[in-house]
Amino acid sequence: MPAIHSFFDTPSPAGLTGVKAWLLTHDHKRLGIMYLWAVLFWFTVALTVGFLLRIELMTIGKTIMSAEIYNSAFTLHGVIMIFLFVIPAIPAIFGNFFLPIQLGTNDVFFPRLNLLSWYLYMFGGLLAIISLFTAGGFPDTGWTFYVPFSVGTNNNVPLTVFAAFILGMSSMLTGLNFITTVHRMRHKAMGWMQIPLFTWSLYATAWVQLLATPVISITLLLVIFERAFNIGLFDPDKGGDPLLYQHLFWMYSHPAVYVMILPGMGVISEIIPTFSRKAIFGYKAIVISSLGIAVAGSLVWAHHMYTSGMSDTAVFVFSLLTFLVAIPTAVKVFSWVSTMYKASIEMTPPLLYALVFIYLFSVGGLTGLVLGAAGTDIHVHDTHFVVSHFHFTMFGGTGFAFFAALHFWWPKMFGIMYNFKRAYIAATLATVGFMFHYVPMFILGMQGMPRRYYDYLPQFAQGNALAAAGGLLLFVGIMLMLINLVLSFRKREISSINPWGGVTLEWTVPSPPPLHNFVAEPNVKEYPYDFSEILTAENAGKKGQVTP
Amino acid sequence: MQNDAPQHLMGYKTLAAVLAILLMLTGITVGVSYVDLGIMNVPLALGIASTKVTFVLLFFMHLKYEGKAIKVSFLCTIFFLAIMISFTFWDVAFR
Repeated sequence: MPAIHSFFDTPSPAGLTGVKAWLLTHDHKRLGIMYLWAVLFWFTVALTVGFLLRIELMTIGKTIMSAEIYNSAFTLHGVIMIFLFVIPAIPAIFGNFFLPIQLGTNDVFFPRLNLLSWYLYMFGGLLAIISLFTAGGFPDTGWTFYVPFSVGTNNNVPLTVFAAFILGMSSMLTGLNFITTVHRMRHKAMGWMQIPLFTWSLYATAWVQLLATPVISITLLLVIFERAFNIGLFDPDKGGDPLLYQHLFWMYSHPAVYVMILPGMGVISEIIPTFSRKAIFGYKAIVISSLGIAVAGSLVWAHHMYTSGMSDTAVFVFSLLTFLVAIPTAVKVFSWVSTMYKASIEMTPPLLYALVFIYLFSVGGLTGLVLGAAGTDIHVHDTHFVVSHFHFTMFGGTGFAFFAALHFWWPKMFGIMYNFKRAYIAATLATVGFMFHYVPMFILGMQGMPRRYYDYLPQFAQGNALAAAGGLLLFVGIMLMLINLVLSFRKREISSINPWGGVTLEWTVPSPPPLHNFVAEPNVKEYPYDFSEILTAENAGKKGQVTP
Repeated sequence: MQNDAPQHLMGYKTLAAVLAILLMLTGITVGVSYVDLGIMNVPLALGIASTKVTFVLLFFMHLKYEGKAIKVSFLCTIFFLAIMISFTFWDVAFR
C-alpha cells in the first residue's frame, strides 16, 4: 500500500510551489488554515484594543488615552471583532476545513469562489487598516455606524464602511458555497437526517448569511452615497429618516448574531456527545432548532430600537417575537445537558471549553430576555448591562465555542497534540477573568452607567476597577491558550487518527487529512452519533490513543 | 447527494414559447401603462412583472425541474423578503 501524504505534504503541481501553493490553492483545507492565521491575527489585535479600553476605564478621567482615541478605539474593537473575527471565525476556518469532510466529499462546490472569498476577506481587512491612517482616521461612530452621526462626522467613515461591505461579500460567498455543497456534494448515502450537527448548523447559518447580508451591504453603500452626494436618505436635515437606517442595519445585524452563534452551537453539539460517549439527545430537535433560530432570529431585529421613537405597536410586536427565539435556543441547551446526563464523561480541554460555553451562553441568553422585554429594556438600554449581555453571548458563547473548536480539531488539522495542563490552566484563567470582567458590568448597567462613555461618576469606580482586574486575567488566559497551541508545533507530539473517539467522518481520515480527504470510500452511518463501535473498541482496549 | 444525476435539457420549442410569452407580457405592460386604471395601476403592473419572473424562474432557471429542497429553499428567500418589508410596516404604519 503506498504511503498516504497529508494535504501539507502532497507535492504541488509545477508552477504552484512554495507560497503560490497556498496563495492560489483551491483546497478547502488550505483555505481553512489560511483563514485561521488571518482570523487569529485580527482577534489578537481586537483583543488588545479591548484590553486597552478596559485599562482606560479603570480609573476616572484620562488613564492612557484621550477621549477622541477612546471613541475610535471602541469602534475599531467592535468592527474588527464583529466583521473580521466573530462572523468568519468558525464558518471560514472550521467550516471550510470540515464541512466537506463531514459530508463525505473532497471539496466545496465552488473551490475558486472559496479562494476569492479569502481574498475579499484579506482585502476588507487591509481597507480597515488603511482607514486608520487616512482622511480623518478611524471612525468614532461605534460599529453600528448610526446616522446622522456617521453622515456628519469628519472621520474616515466611507472607507471603513466600504471595508465592511467587502467583508460582507466574502461572508456571502462562503454561505453560498456551503449551501450548494450540502445540496449537491454530500455523499449519496447521506440523507438529511444523517448530516452531522456542525454541518447542519453551518447550513442554517449560510442561509442567514446569504439572505441578510445584502441588506447591510446596500445600506452601507447608501451611507457612502449620502455623504458623497448629499442625498437625503437617512439624515433628517436632508429629508431622510434615521429610523429607516436602523431598520435596515438591524435587519442584517440582528440575524448576524445568529450567524455568529449558530456555528458555535454546532461545535458544542459535536463535542458534548463525543466526550459523553453517547448519542446526542434530540438530534432532530437540534436540527429543527438550528433552522428555527435562523427563521425566528430574522423576525426580531427591531428589539434594538425600543427607545428610538419607533411606533408602540412595533415595540409590542417585536418584543413578543423576541421571546420566540428563546425556545429553540433552550431546546439546544436542554439537549446538551441531557446528553451528559448519566453519560460516561471524559474531561478534556475541548469539553471544558464547551461546558464553560454552556454556562456563559445561558447567562447571556437569559439576560437577553431582560433586554427583549420592552419594559425592562428601557431601563437598561445603552448601559453597560447591554455590553455585558452581548459579550456573554458573543464572547462567552461564540468565543469560547471557537476556543473549544480549536482544541477539538487542532489534532486533526495539524496532526499534533497540545499540552493539556497548560490548556486547562488557560481555560480556568480565562473563565475566572471573564466572570470578574463582565459581571461587574451587569451591575454597573443596572446602576445606570452608560455604554461608550469615556468617563463616569465616582459611584461607578469600584465596578470599573474590578472589571479591569478581571480583564487582565482574561487577557492573560487567552494569550496562554494561544501560546500553548503554537508551542505544539515545537514539541510535535503526534496525534492519532481519532484521539477523542469521535464518530463523524473527519475522525475516519488521517491527521492531517490527505489532499482528497478520503483514502477509501467513506462509510456513512445510519445515525451520525452512533458510539457503539467506539465503545466496543474501548472495551477491547483498542481506543486510538495519543501516541508520542 | 452527489450530483451525478443527468441534467434536465429543455427543447428549443419550450424555450421559444416562454420567450414569446415574456415578450407578450412586456407588450401588455407597455400597453396598460397608457390606460389609467386608478388604484389598480400598480397592482396590475406588479402582477404582470411577477408572472414574468415566475416564467423565468420556472423554465429559464429550471426551478420547475428541481427537487423539493431547492424549491423550498427558493420559497424561503421570498418569505424572508416579505418579512423584511412587511414587518417594517408595524413601525411605519403606526408611528
